[in-house]
Amino acid sequence: MEGQNVEELLAKAERDEAEKLQRITVHKELELEFDLGNLLASDRNPPTGLRHAGPTQEAELRALARDNTQLLINQLWQLPTERVEEALVARLPEPTTRLPREKPVPRPRPLTRWQQFARLKGIRPKKKTNLVWDEVSGQWRRRWGYQRARDDTKEWLIEVPSSADPMEDQFAKRIQAKKERVAKNELNRLRNLARAHKIQLPSATGMHPTGHQSKEELGRAMQVARVSTASVGRFQERLPKEKAPRGSGKKRKFQPLFGDFAAEKKSQLEMLRVMNSKKPQMDVTRATNKQMREEDQEEAAKRRKMSQKGKRKGGRQGPGGKRKGGPPSQGGKRKGGLGGKMNSAPPGLGGRRKGGQHHGGKRRK
Amino acid sequence: MRPLTEEETRVMFEKIAKYIGENLQLLVDRPDGTYCFRLHNDRVYYVSEKILKLAANISGDKLVSLGTCFGKFTKTHKFRLHITALDYLAPYAKYKVWIKPGAEQSFLYGNHVLKSGLGRITENTSQYQGVVVYSMADIPLPYKGGTTPYYIRDEEMDIQRFQWLAHHPQAQPAQLGP
Repeated sequence: MEGQNVEELLAKAERDEAEKLQRITVHKELELEFDLGNLLASDRNPPTGLRHAGPTQEAELRALARDNTQLLINQLWQLPTERVEEALVARLPEPTTRLPREKPVPRPRPLTRWQQFARLKGIRPKKKTNLVWDEVSGQWRRRWGYQRARDDTKEWLIEVPSSADPMEDQFAKRIQAKKERVAKNELNRLRNLARAHKIQLPSATGMHPTGHQSKEELGRAMQVARVSTASVGRFQERLPKEKAPRGSGKKRKFQPLFGDFAAEKKSQLEMLRVMNSKKPQMDVTRATNKQMREEDQEEAAKRRKMSQKGKRKGGRQGPGGKRKGGPPSQGGKRKGGLGGKMNSAPPGLGGRRKGGQHHGGKRRK
Repeated sequence: MRPLTEEETRVMFEKIAKYIGENLQLLVDRPDGTYCFRLHNDRVYYVSEKILKLAANISGDKLVSLGTCFGKFTKTHKFRLHITALDYLAPYAKYKVWIKPGAEQSFLYGNHVLKSGLGRITENTSQYQGVVVYSMADIPLPYKGGTTPYYIRDEEMDIQRFQWLAHHPQAQPAQLGP
């Protein structure tokens, strides 16, 4: 009896071994193609097994997948390994398959003004040497940059030209000229950028102060100056007799006269339907504003309680930093899409909020 | 001339709906043609598409009126119905009041109508309900006065009064189309 058991056990062990080996080794007619860099294995064997299976191919598909994955893993085990922080890691080779582009091809940028001009005139960029011989220091120096060859700024003597005012500060003049060149360059760069991105630049016509400007130009310049504050001119005081500018509000846009008659009719009928329905329609903006206000009040109340508790316990640090996430957005009465910002208290904002004020987030009237 | 904005349409519909209720849909959506509301110089005109296309050829400052004037928007954007709207409101009116011939003349000259002058009245007319006033010969009546007509039953004093809308002092010149 026991002998039989032992024999059975041995036989079973042998069978298990064979099975395991069978599991690891997979026989395929055509070898798979491996791209280990992308962890890719391509199987070119014709799927005859699948065709025979008929409609229910689940088991066959799963078997096929298992086999191919086994082969891929076998390949991976053959790669050189190394140890990274107590984990055994295989070093993958370079990927051989070329993946397609993720994003579309960038469209060609419009030429800058200089490039257009150079193209017209046929000017090609001249290759210049990096180093120039500097007489003063008697060595080869860069053409521009740190310790350049002819450094204007390092000159200790500037001759006053005969045409210039003897009292003028030539050094200051040089610095000023440099600043203007830099500013001009920057302006042109930004203009080129705006042209490339087709952004409209704010026009500065009439803003260049000459001695002779007309009344309208001055008025316009004054208006622009008034609006060029951080509050966009809201708190700018007016002179005693200065009149408010007419028509400085936003121009309203109306529907076209002969617009889509059918659409007009539809929207009017919809409005009538809403008016006639007995249920009061929810105003999404008002609902969201109300919700936001309630949340702010809750926050303020909580903070006040925290600060009170802190003071009472002799300034002990309460759990001020941690704040539970905003109340669940989908309250029962919310309908339609997002009217305003739903979560007014992003988690982890911390204790320092100015008395219930809302950072960012627009409230719509 | 321009179409009405959402706000303006809503205000106007609310006013008109006081007199004709859901029948307003029949004005908006007509089987015999496309009619639309257009705003010109603060007045709302109800005009067919055909006439509208013709009217578009007239410059804004020369155009006096087109279609039927339903009313105008006041400076504070409230809507006032005009008597020229009567032709369109009368057939769809929900609550009608017929007055006796004796009271008819008095009503036309702007006075209130007492209960004794009342001939017939539709059932379920609640107090302060907007109504359209008819003579006994089923002719809708307007008059020159103050506000749009509504029905008051004053229980204590037992008087029923009617008032109707301001007819614009200037006559409507050169109307374009029906």
